Amino acid sequence: MAWIRRHLVVIIGLLVMGYILLPNLVVIAYSFNRPRGHLNIQWSRFSFDAWTNPCGTPGICSSVGLSLKIGLIASIVATILGTMVAFALGRHRFRGRSLTNLLIFMPMATPEVVMGSSLLTLFIAMGIPSGQMTILIAHIMFCVSFVVVTVKARVASLDPKLEEAAADLYASPAQAFWRVTLPLVAPGIAAGALLAFSLSFDDYIITNFNASPTSVTFPMFIWGAAQRGVPVQVNVIGSVMFLGAVGIVGFAQIVGARRKREVA
Amino acid sequence: MPDGVAAATVRKRPNWVPYALLAPGLLWLVVFFVLPTLSLASQSLQTGDVYNGYSLTWHVQTYVDALSTYWPQLLRSLMYAGLATLLTLLLGYPLAWFVAHRSGRWKNVLLVLVIAPFYTSFLIRTLAWQTILGDQGLLTSLLDRLHLTWALHGFESFLGAVGLGSGSQLLYSPFAVICGLTYNFLPFMVLPLYANIERLDLRLTEAASDLYASPVQAFRRVIWPLSLPGVVGGTLLTFIPATGDYINSVLLGSAKTTMIGQVIDAQFLRVLDYPLAAALSFILMVVIIVLVMSYVRRAGTEELL
Repeated sequence: MAWIRRHLVVIIGLLVMGYILLPNLVVIAYSFNRPRGHLNIQWSRFSFDAWTNPCGTPGICSSVGLSLKIGLIASIVATILGTMVAFALGRHRFRGRSLTNLLIFMPMATPEVVMGSSLLTLFIAMGIPSGQMTILIAHIMFCVSFVVVTVKARVASLDPKLEEAAADLYASPAQAFWRVTLPLVAPGIAAGALLAFSLSFDDYIITNFNASPTSVTFPMFIWGAAQRGVPVQVNVIGSVMFLGAVGIVGFAQIVGARRKREVA
Repeated sequence: MPDGVAAATVRKRPNWVPYALLAPGLLWLVVFFVLPTLSLASQSLQTGDVYNGYSLTWHVQTYVDALSTYWPQLLRSLMYAGLATLLTLLLGYPLAWFVAHRSGRWKNVLLVLVIAPFYTSFLIRTLAWQTILGDQGLLTSLLDRLHLTWALHGFESFLGAVGLGSGSQLLYSPFAVICGLTYNFLPFMVLPLYANIERLDLRLTEAASDLYASPVQAFRRVIWPLSLPGVVGGTLLTFIPATGDYINSVLLGSAKTTMIGQVIDAQFLRVLDYPLAAALSFILMVVIIVLVMSYVRRAGTEELL
């Protein structure tokens, strides 16, 4: 009893970890299923079919391609815009700072359905047809704030003395920025870009409001398929994404830990 | 930029630099976030139809119609999101504490595992709950094999009694929707909590117990007030998106679990009643802003006490 009480927080923590990971494990397990009907809900037989033929369902790979394309462009643009704002907020004094902070905060505090629908009314009012372009505009909009917050934290933790030291060693402001500041902020920028990409790649609600029948992203494909039964290939792509994310984040953690040890 | 050594220090940079850095990003947000919000407000006050166009007539009646027809869905959304937020806090707090203070060298691995699901598809993970909670799904088969079906039936009647069941099954019930919301937004609660709890000095609890505080008192009077910034951040990041979400209620719920986002989606994209849809969307935004502001104010004063 005393043992349970002492380790209660560990026991609950592990149970919650299980709750977090269970659906991902189910997705991976059922990517090896060969369902009897078109519903991949009941386990029937082990098979590699979906893994050897991931594009086997019409439309699935083109939707993944479109999501990758939009995710890539949106995360690059949002990272550039967001990093600039983060530097202004983290490094400069200027009038209108609180207004800027409010403008950055608002998109994160607004439900997606509100942002998606208000953009739709704007596009309708301006006569802009929905499609890849409108999806891209929307994705850049909701990604910028998240990049700003991520990069700003890193810029704020930077010691301004480092730039002064560079200047003392006769570096020009440009040199000090490119050779000292930017490399130090780079992990924050990378984290912001990764976050932006995953937000864009995964978005359904805002995309749905601003897409056309010819611009089907991967989440929209899944949504459409969910009405009649999701093909096993969706589980394959979901598994690859999960394992890839664990791999990338794990690798970054290991490299980060090693670097920290070297510095120490 | 002026050349020379002095330019590297923050204060002596020319003052147009921050505005140049801000301009592109803020312009994007003004044009594609602020302007659409105004356009939404304007749309909600127009009359007309899709084919003949709309004109701004300040028709406030649309708001009355929207609220009188769809208040149950709005209330339900707030209730489900509120319950889910409470559950993420109850589950997330021990998890954040465990990762921050009790996981030793497994800390980084656990952090990766908390964040990793966040990087994979929201929709696929929500669909996995269909597999888990479904009638012949994982949970029922497992309990069946363990001869625990009675426990499942007991739980179902309990859910029915508190109004969260669907009568005959776990899936397609309010319980399933809240379970999905809790699951999907848990990382949004855990990360701010973790960032806060990790910095807490555990010697404070020792100090509290030296001063004859019981563990419960030490938590309530010392630890909890100090973790409030993390709690406030986490609840906002969970409650706001959960209120507008309708992926969970469509995939895991039934016609009786319809949330407000679903109504807005249907009115905009299928019924094509733009003014009504815009009014609902605007109401949702205002309700959330009011709730968030009163919550932050309350939490803020509590923190001061």
